[in-house]
Amino acid sequence: MNMLTEASIEQKLSPMKNEPRIKMRGDKVTVHYGEKQALFGVDLQIPEHQVTALIGPSGCGKSTFLRCLNRMNDTIDGCRVGGKVTLDQEDVYDPKIDVVELRARVGMVFQKPNPFPKSIYENIAYGPRIHGLTKSKAEMDEVVEKSLRKAAIWDEVKDRLSESGTGLSGGQQQRLCIARAIAVSPEVILMDEPCSALDPIATAKVEELIDELRQNYTIVIVTHSMQQAARVSQRTAMFHIGYLVEEGPTDKMFTNPDDKRTQDYITGRFG
Amino acid sequence: MVSYAFALILLLTLVAYFAARRQASVVGRSVGASMHSRPTYHGFNAAIWACAPPLIIVLVWVLFQDAVINRMILGLFDADRIAAMSSAERSLLISEIRQLAAGRQFGTPGEDLLAAAQTLNGWTWLAHVSMVVIVGVIGALGLVLGVRAIAPRYRARHSVELSLNIFMVFCSFVAVFTTIGIIASLVFESIQFFMRVPASEFFFGTRWEPQIPIRADQVAGSGAFGAIPVFVGTFVIATIAMVFAVPIGLMSAVYLTEYADVRVRSVVKPLLEILAGVPTVVYGFFAVLIVAPLIRDFGTGLGLSVAPRSALAAGGVMAIMLIPFISSLSDDALAAVPRALREGSYAMGATKGETIRKVLLPAALPGIMGGILLALSRAIGETMIVVMAAGLIASMNINPLDSVTTVTVQIVTLLIGDTAFDNPKTLSAFALGLMLFIITLFLNVIALSIVRKYREKY
Ligand SMILES: Nc1ncnc2c1ncn2[C@@H]1O[C@H](COP(=O)(O)OP(=O)(O)O)[C@@H](O)[C@H]1O
Ligand SMILES: [Mg+2]
Repeated sequence: MNMLTEASIEQKLSPMKNEPRIKMRGDKVTVHYGEKQALFGVDLQIPEHQVTALIGPSGCGKSTFLRCLNRMNDTIDGCRVGGKVTLDQEDVYDPKIDVVELRARVGMVFQKPNPFPKSIYENIAYGPRIHGLTKSKAEMDEVVEKSLRKAAIWDEVKDRLSESGTGLSGGQQQRLCIARAIAVSPEVILMDEPCSALDPIATAKVEELIDELRQNYTIVIVTHSMQQAARVSQRTAMFHIGYLVEEGPTDKMFTNPDDKRTQDYITGRFG
Repeated sequence: MVSYAFALILLLTLVAYFAARRQASVVGRSVGASMHSRPTYHGFNAAIWACAPPLIIVLVWVLFQDAVINRMILGLFDADRIAAMSSAERSLLISEIRQLAAGRQFGTPGEDLLAAAQTLNGWTWLAHVSMVVIVGVIGALGLVLGVRAIAPRYRARHSVELSLNIFMVFCSFVAVFTTIGIIASLVFESIQFFMRVPASEFFFGTRWEPQIPIRADQVAGSGAFGAIPVFVGTFVIATIAMVFAVPIGLMSAVYLTEYADVRVRSVVKPLLEILAGVPTVVYGFFAVLIVAPLIRDFGTGLGLSVAPRSALAAGGVMAIMLIPFISSLSDDALAAVPRALREGSYAMGATKGETIRKVLLPAALPGIMGGILLALSRAIGETMIVVMAAGLIASMNINPLDSVTTVTVQIVTLLIGDTAFDNPKTLSAFALGLMLFIITLFLNVIALSIVRKYREKY
């Protein structure tokens, strides 16, 4: 028994307490861009099969934290990450971890829809192909259809799979990008302001989709819209100039926050 | 004298600009904020008024002045005598008079010629003076009109815009007409050639021996004008050059944009681009003095017989010259692919290599193709390296270790030395040139349609 770590005890106990398992965890995460420090010791837990919203004024480090979770910060020159990030108790920054596999498990959707300049079919097939997930054309067809269906865009594109993904409308492009991320069956999907480039109708569709995806995936979403955070998330984390101010169940954060800054931000007094 | 005219125009333009600008500020201040255009625009507008008409006049004048004066000079002579002359004799007479007028006297010219030269000088002087005067008057008139047009609601911005448009159309027409002129001269001379040599021989003949006698008493072969060996030579050399240049250029572009850190890039990129600035003669030296002997020694070591001047030496050195064209344009094209696409690919768990092959290269294809095409047309058109390193003899083979000749080299050798533009030897150069032009054009069209088909537009 004494070999069990604190985390695994918690994992063992959690079904009893009827609380979700912790999928990802940030432990005193710090990030420097060159000389400039962007995150100061952020501790945050991401529960499984829930939507966690990251809110806070521009430049407070929401995207930076999000990008630590799948090590997208590695692609930025001069970016250093400290502290610990875990996925199922495994240290994501452990040298033994293959970042390519990690990103297949932790997918990402960006602020601006960025479909590849390839056909809709090829956009979805990209991930499964590079990870060798399918063995035949028929299997690939199935993955493509399933991903597009899950992203609620199948009906709109099923007759034009060979057309370019860049020819779709903004909202469709974003759902295509979500489908692309789903196609490699990730466990976690990170979304960085996925609706900020979309009109209200497209936004509503994507929000509805996020709510459905929660059944199968763990979702972390950065958003600028308080209403969106309230609508789609179960937990909310409030960031302010590189610090995590507070986090908790979304209802509580929006009705009765502990911190004055959260209250001010939510009621629109700054940000 | 013409330079006086230009100086005068410049002066008037400057005066117009500053006068109009001041005038516009004065008018502007007196009416308050309701001027349509800012004073600078009024200045430019008046400047255009003052310089455009006189410039046009000078251009036309310079074009036609000599022709008109020549005609008037011929009028001095006995009309019957002139009518009896052939056009060649007439131009000979004119040029003799012009030589005299310029003070170059050969032998003892006739009295009438000397008198004509004197008259010619007088007329030329008169023409120049009247040109300067007319230009001055027109320019001044434009200046006055331009400045007087200034009014609060006068749309100087739009007039300036319109003038610029006209000027740009003019510039592009210059390019178009030059192209048409080049093609026309090629076609015209080629027709002359094909009237003397059957087209079937040119297109399907396999012997290229243009050494035909120019004078009747010369001893030489009867000449053969089969263009195939020459084009085979061009094809071989261009292929060798591209086989080396495309992978090296493309790979170095990928390395520079995707892998190299900023310091390496800032040193290597300019170095690569210097290669494009090396004169081709220098590449020629390099090929003859270093590369060709090297290849020869190497080949002999392997037991191959290598000609002292080989297609491989010329093509290889040409490849070095072409690398910067490909790498520079590919580099720009790759760097222009949005960062979002890279991130999208990395976020899917793609490695750097996969991202480059599957996302970046397809997206950058048009730019890369542009670089390759540019390099290919340089390879086909390159002359100097080939003259120095590959030889002059047209032989019908594709062995890269043998000496070959190319179309451009043949054109050069056909046109240097004694040339008379009425024998097939000289005229064949134009036919070769025309063919080369058509082939390059064709290649361009093909490449463009490939790009249109496969490009991935972001
Ligand atoms: N690539 C980068 N290089 C340097 N500084 C960066 C970079 N990305 C973000 N930052 C800085 O880090 C801080 C947090 O940025 P970010 O995480 O993008 O904020 P948010 O997403 O909350 O608006 C900001 O001060 C920003 O200027
Ligand atoms: Mg952000």
